[in-house]
Parts: sequence; structure tokens; C-alpha cells
Amino acid sequence: MRARSTLICAMLLALSCVLFMTLGAKGNWDFVLWFRGRKLAALLIVGAAVSTATVLFQTISRNHILTPSIMGFDALYTLIVALVVFSIGAAGFNHLPSEFVFFAHISLLIGAALILFGTLIGQHRTDLMRMVLTGIIFGVLFRSLSSFIYRMIDPSEFATIQVNSYARFNYIDLNLLWISAGLTFVTLSLSWQMRRQLDVLGLGFEMATNLGEPVARRQKQALILVAILVAVSTALVGPVAFLGLLVVSIARLISPNETHAVLIPLSALIAGIVLVAGQTILERVLGLSTPLAVVIDFVGGFVFLTLLLRKGWI
Amino acid sequence: MQRHSTALFLAVGILVLAAISVFVGVISLRPETVFHDRDALGLVLDSRLPRTFATLIAGAALAVCGMIMQMLVRNRFVEPMTAGTGQGAALGILVVTLFLPGASIFVKMSLATATALVSSLGFLLIVRRLPPSQPLLVPLVAILYGGIIGAGVTFVAYQADMLQFIDTWLNGDFSGVMRGRYELLWIAAVVAALTYLIADQFAIVGLGREASVNLGLNYDQVMILGLLAVSVVSALTVITVGAIPFVGLIVPNIISRRCGDNLRATLPLTALCGAMLVLSSDIVGRIVRYPFEIPVGTILGVLGAGVFLWLLYSGPKHAR
Repeated sequence: MRARSTLICAMLLALSCVLFMTLGAKGNWDFVLWFRGRKLAALLIVGAAVSTATVLFQTISRNHILTPSIMGFDALYTLIVALVVFSIGAAGFNHLPSEFVFFAHISLLIGAALILFGTLIGQHRTDLMRMVLTGIIFGVLFRSLSSFIYRMIDPSEFATIQVNSYARFNYIDLNLLWISAGLTFVTLSLSWQMRRQLDVLGLGFEMATNLGEPVARRQKQALILVAILVAVSTALVGPVAFLGLLVVSIARLISPNETHAVLIPLSALIAGIVLVAGQTILERVLGLSTPLAVVIDFVGGFVFLTLLLRKGWI
Repeated sequence: MQRHSTALFLAVGILVLAAISVFVGVISLRPETVFHDRDALGLVLDSRLPRTFATLIAGAALAVCGMIMQMLVRNRFVEPMTAGTGQGAALGILVVTLFLPGASIFVKMSLATATALVSSLGFLLIVRRLPPSQPLLVPLVAILYGGIIGAGVTFVAYQADMLQFIDTWLNGDFSGVMRGRYELLWIAAVVAALTYLIADQFAIVGLGREASVNLGLNYDQVMILGLLAVSVVSALTVITVGAIPFVGLIVPNIISRRCGDNLRATLPLTALCGAMLVLSSDIVGRIVRYPFEIPVGTILGVLGAGVFLWLLYSGPKHAR
């Protein structure tokens, strides 16, 4: 059963990739393949990174309706861009080598994530809620600060910020693509190696401790992986808020069996399908101009509410 | 006694700030010229006074609505502008603008009120199903619920190329207020003032359904009246100046910490405090980047987030 659903998802993903590459393609194939291939690669990397990050985060927080990105991550990213442009100007910002910007972003985001999520470790449930609220409110704070900065800078410099602060799948820097592919690959394989320990953590922290699992240390390791994955995907394409929650919930619906050896690849496949097929349908079939991220936010938000109301608070 | 002195202090503060607000702006204005210079008088009557009134009314009405909403939902971390009411109103305005572009302002107003009402009803239904043992779950759901409606609004607006219009409704800003363009807000002021007539009943609703029914209150009726007032005020504010976040959250919390929950006594204080908060944020927004302006929503966002975090971490005295 498990193997079959994974197989079906893999086939669906392959089908959507083919459709994505070929549908409505006119003219020079070299160009089309090159242009769309780059986009496709970015979509797949982001899908795998976001879904795995969400699975890990849900396991170490023992909670199936949380996702790292409702906690103000995207807002922090925008704020960083705004602050940098404000302090050194748009010209200075554009002169910085993009690799440097990328790595600076990643390290800042990882630092922030460790501070923000680090307090979550080893606390009980009410404090978890407080933690989530804190994250959301930090998001509001960061957003307000960014828009405060927007008002303080030139309109021409604002254009630089705007380009950099929305989820963008249409233009992707090739160097960054390679770097993020490498980073994602390393992190994903580390997460894959942790899959059995994560299964043990999923039994509950007391049980895991009884079974000889160092819970706190494992949580910290997983947290670092989550931070890297989220940072990579945010720095590569910008914020996609509810994607992780959406795909992991679908994966849990398809296969209620919860070993991470199934869950991780299955959610990554579903994330790929959602992103690639969603982008294809939105762009080519419906001809809509709305960014995919808006649609995913809408649908993902609904999934969140239904989960919450159906199962109650776990 | 302390209550009276607080009220006096707030009232004096508002008078001083209102005077400052009249004389802060791009065109410099001196108090002595107002009475013999016709241009100066025109400026005061057309722009400065309306703006000052608009900030005062919006602040007072939103703070009162926040207090009522918190009573209805029985949770201290909720306010209309983040819990779907404000977004619902924006959705209504968007729909009218798209399908009935020539509609009169009253059609717009009533439709926006209707959508605001529906979305706040939806929120109430959801909240009722949440376990009461998890008070922090309510604001979380509120923020997400508002976010979903907001995403819907963004989607429609994106398709219709109206993202910029949406921005003016979702981000409160008083710089466009002039004589002839803000008068709808007076209706909001009247509605907010009328809630005072049944302030004690809202206080009882805050005790919960069973306690209210035991005390002989028509629970559903008060509930609907409260929701109606909240929706009307939110819709009018969104139409005239745009959504203003956090006023309805911070002010009721501070007031109820200091003065308790006897609404008949504290509702006027709430109104005064809200008016003062919004007026001072607006003045700050006008001064910081003179001669440009920073929208009041941004200033309040920074301030409000800070206060919210403080409320969240400063112990469970009244906040839970």
C-alpha cells in the first residue's frame, strides 16, 4: 500500500514535470528547455526542502499542525533585505556578489531560527502555544519595521527591495541554484539518516528517553537541519508560507502510517506535484497572473483550520 | 477615585495632542494667524480639523469595539482587525467596486458591513469549537482566519489589477482625510457611543453563556448586537481610513488590567485611551520623516507588537 502510493505520487510528479516542460512551448527547444529546466529545478528543490523541514519540525515539536514558516521567517527575510538596502543603498546592494548575499542570509536566518525555536525545546504545551504566538507577533513586528524602512528610502531603491522580497520562480540565479542544490542535498541526506531516531522521538519524549534516545540533543540537531532547509528555500525563491503544512497534511492523509522513511519522501513528492502542477495549471491552463504562493496560502490556511477543528488541539 | 483622575489626565492629554495635531503639517501654521488669515482658517477647517477628528473617532471606536469583541469571544488576545472582521469588510468593498462600480457610498457601506458581520460570525462559530483550556489557541486561529480571508482578497485583487486599492484599505492612513471624505466615521462614533447603553450586558456576556442566562440575560441578542456594532465600526473605518491594527488589542488590555472589567465604568476610559493612542501615533508618523508621512498602521504595528509580547510574557494575572 505504502509502496504503491509513493509510486503513484512519483509517476504523477514525473507527468507534471513533463507537462511543465512541454506545454505551450514554442520556438527554440534549447532555450525552452534551459529556461524552464532552471525553474523546474528550483521548484523541486524548494518542495523537498520545505516539506522535509516541516516533517522534522512537527516531529520535534510533537505537533502536527505547526510549520516553521508561520513563525515570522519570511518577514525576517524581507526585513534583512530592507535593512541592508537602507544602510548601504541599492547600488551597494546590487554590487554585493549574490553568493555573499545568499550566505549572509542563510547564516542570519539560521541564527534567528535557533534563537526563536531554541526556547521551544523541553517546554510544555502552553508554552508551545506562547512560542507560536511569539513567532507570529515577531512576524508582524518585522513586517511593520520593513514597511517603516520602505517609507524612509528612495522609490528607486524600493524597487530593489520589492524584487527581492516576493516568492519568485521566474528568475533564478544559476550559481545560487547550484549552491542551494548542494546544501539541500547534504541536509536532506542527514535528515534521511536520522529517520529511525525521529521515529523513536515520535513515540513521545518519555518513551524515547526510556529507549535510550538523547531527546534534547536530537531535537537540537533536527532544529539546525530545519533552519538550514527553511533558510535555503527562502533565500532561493522567497517566502512560501503554508506549503509545508499543506503537503505534509496531505501525506499524512494518504498514508496514516507514520514512519519517517515513508513520510519524508512522500511529502517531498507531493510538494513537487503541488508546486510543479500548480504552476503549470496556473500559468498555462488558466492563464492566471496571480502568484502560486497566494493560492497555496489560501488553500493551506483552509487545511490548517479544518485540521484544527476536526482533531482538536493535539 | 483613581479612575476619575485617569479620565481627567487622558482628556487633558487629548486636548493638548489635538491642538498639536492641528498645527503640525506641511504648510506651516501659527495659532495667531488662524483668526485673521482666511487661507489659514480654510486649511484648518478643510484638512487639519477633519484629520484630528478622524483619528480621535477611529481610535476611540476601535478601542471600544476591541473591548466588546474580547468580551464576546471571552479571550484577551483578540481584536476585530486581525480576526477577520477588517478583512471581511475589505472583501465587501472589493466586491462592490468590482461588480457595482457606480454604487453609492451607502450601498458600499452596507455591503461591507454585511461581509464583515458574516466573517466575524464565522470566527465566533470556529472559536466556540475550540477547547476552553487552551486560551492561546484563540488568537492563533484568529490570525490565521484573518490571513485566509486576506489571501482571498489578495487573489481577487491580483486578478482584477486592484492590488493598490486593496493596499489603501488594508493599511490605515489618515493622510487622505479631508472635509467631505471622512464624515461616515461619525456614524461609527455614534454606534460606539450607543454600545455604552448596554455596556453592563456586555460585561455579563464576558462571564460566559451559562452565567449570563442564569442572570436573566438574553444572551444571543446581546451577542448579535455586539457583533453588529463591531462590524459596523470596522467596516466604516476600513472604508474611510483603512484597517488600523492593534488599537483594539492593546487599549482594552491595559484598561482592564488597571481598572477591572466593569464595562460601564471602563468603556469611556477605553475610548479616551484609544483616541489618545491613535492621535499620538498619527502625530509621530507626521513628524518622523517630515515633510513625508509614515502611515499610522505602521507605527502602531511596531508599538503594538511590542506591547503584545509584553502582555504575553508578563505573567497570567489578567491576561488569560
